[in-house]
Amino acid sequence: MSEQIAGRSGFTPAYLDRVGSSFTDFLGATAPDLLPGRRPVPAVSAADLAPHGTTIVAATYDGGVLMGGDRRATMGNLISSRDIEKVYAADSWSVIGIAGAAGIAIEMVRLYQVELEHYEKIEGMTLSLDGKANRLAAMIRGNLGAALQGLAVVPLFAGYDLDAAEGARAGRIFSYDVTGGNYEERGYASVGSGSLFARGSLKKTWRPGLSAEAATRSLVEALYDAADDDSATGGPDAVRRLYPIVYRVDAEGAVRLPDTEVAEVAAAITADRSAGAESREA
Amino acid sequence: MTMPYYASAEQVMRDRSEYARKGISRGRSVVVLTYDGGVLLIAENPSSTLHKVGEIYDRIGFAAVGRYSEFESLRVAGVRLADVRGYSYNRRDVTGRVVANAYAQTLGSIFTEQMKPFEVELCVAEVGATPEADQLYRLTFDGSVVDEPDFVVMGGQAEAVSAHLREHFRAGLPLRDALGVGVAALSAASASTQANGGEHSTLPAEQLEVAVLDRTRPKRTFRRITGAALRTLLGAEEASTPAAEETPAPPVPTEPAPGTPPGLGDPGAPDTAGGVDPDPGTPA
Repeated sequence: MSEQIAGRSGFTPAYLDRVGSSFTDFLGATAPDLLPGRRPVPAVSAADLAPHGTTIVAATYDGGVLMGGDRRATMGNLISSRDIEKVYAADSWSVIGIAGAAGIAIEMVRLYQVELEHYEKIEGMTLSLDGKANRLAAMIRGNLGAALQGLAVVPLFAGYDLDAAEGARAGRIFSYDVTGGNYEERGYASVGSGSLFARGSLKKTWRPGLSAEAATRSLVEALYDAADDDSATGGPDAVRRLYPIVYRVDAEGAVRLPDTEVAEVAAAITADRSAGAESREA
Repeated sequence: MTMPYYASAEQVMRDRSEYARKGISRGRSVVVLTYDGGVLLIAENPSSTLHKVGEIYDRIGFAAVGRYSEFESLRVAGVRLADVRGYSYNRRDVTGRVVANAYAQTLGSIFTEQMKPFEVELCVAEVGATPEADQLYRLTFDGSVVDEPDFVVMGGQAEAVSAHLREHFRAGLPLRDALGVGVAALSAASASTQANGGEHSTLPAEQLEVAVLDRTRPKRTFRRITGAALRTLLGAEEASTPAAEETPAPPVPTEPAPGTPPGLGDPGAPDTAGGVDPDPGTPA
């Protein structure tokens, strides 16, 4: 081909091919070593060698959807990080939270953010929310080999559906399994080691059509309950001023709630619970 | 194999240049100019979907004239190059120079090695942290690259447009004035204005494709100006919505919170970037 002629380089034909608009597919063709899931994984369990992120919860409310995550990463019996962030804005109208092997998960989020932005730049429009959810499923599916060696990544995806019909709920949540299965959730969802307890908590506190404030409280309370019973989930840490990360996605886009706001919610929950304990003792 | 007629290399190059030049001058013009808040890209383009102006990366924009299919594949290649670099290094490591160099190499090798050269002329614009750091690279069909100060005019009646601009352009104009100067220059040479036998006094908003690289925006600086926002800026609806002129939000400093891996988004800035109307009431 002409690109091999000495002295000239420029774009290879893969770059100039106008057909595809997926960044992952493009990397797969030109630089597959940059993709997670394309690397050989040794056939031993690597589960205790890498930090793992833990609990992520999401819940819809009347104006959109909220997603929150605790701040702990664990490596075997150790706490490897107290301030890791596991919830990110995927693009302007969607958020992604990750549980599982932190290194692979963060790489996957980075790739996913570029994937969405890349599509937007090339096509001049954003993917539909279902399209975004499907792209993420394909990415998780590619990681199945590593998942079976203990390096599973399980995300939770939520977004505001700009194409939602009038009157329909625009805030939507998608959960995944390690094989790339993609399930739309109704109302609320959780993933990670503390998800069992978080879900139990959400079941009692969440109702359809909550306001943003009530849903935030419900979400932070679920993380509190998860931290209560799961050693791998960190609770609100008033000493270090570390609070769960909470993102809100509504018609205006995805925003991260300021730490002060989450701190107030966490303080209110702690106060209510200690008041409850005192009244039982009295 | 029979030998074709002998033609000197000089003759071949001259023929190709002439061919490319003719193709480029048939179209409508594009103007890229700096203003106090960044870089302004204006194209005379009646189509609202076949863009001549596009986003390459956070601080890099693209404008082109000539054959659509050719510059479109170059635009896509630029986006891919920028995204691969940004993904494998860091977002800050993607510069206009890298993209311009890749274009120059590509155009150069196509010009010398293929029968038909690309009939395109490109501008890679990069907005810096200060007006002095703004860069405009002009790339021609033969792969030459020029770093232009202030403004770049390409395609159509480029001579007439740049003569008009040289007369009226000043560095550091505010957006509204810069747009006025750019549109006046395009109108002076456009076939659809009265001066040249058309029906408009100046080019209307429907005939223009306008975008800015806005220095004040965090992360992705590219923004299209369309619809009512454009008409207001052009002065057509001045009386009805005088306050609609943008009040740019102060740039949110991107200080990564502890625990944030480098390059992972900017939580302070929900960013719509390209393609989306800046009016928050009407998302996408």
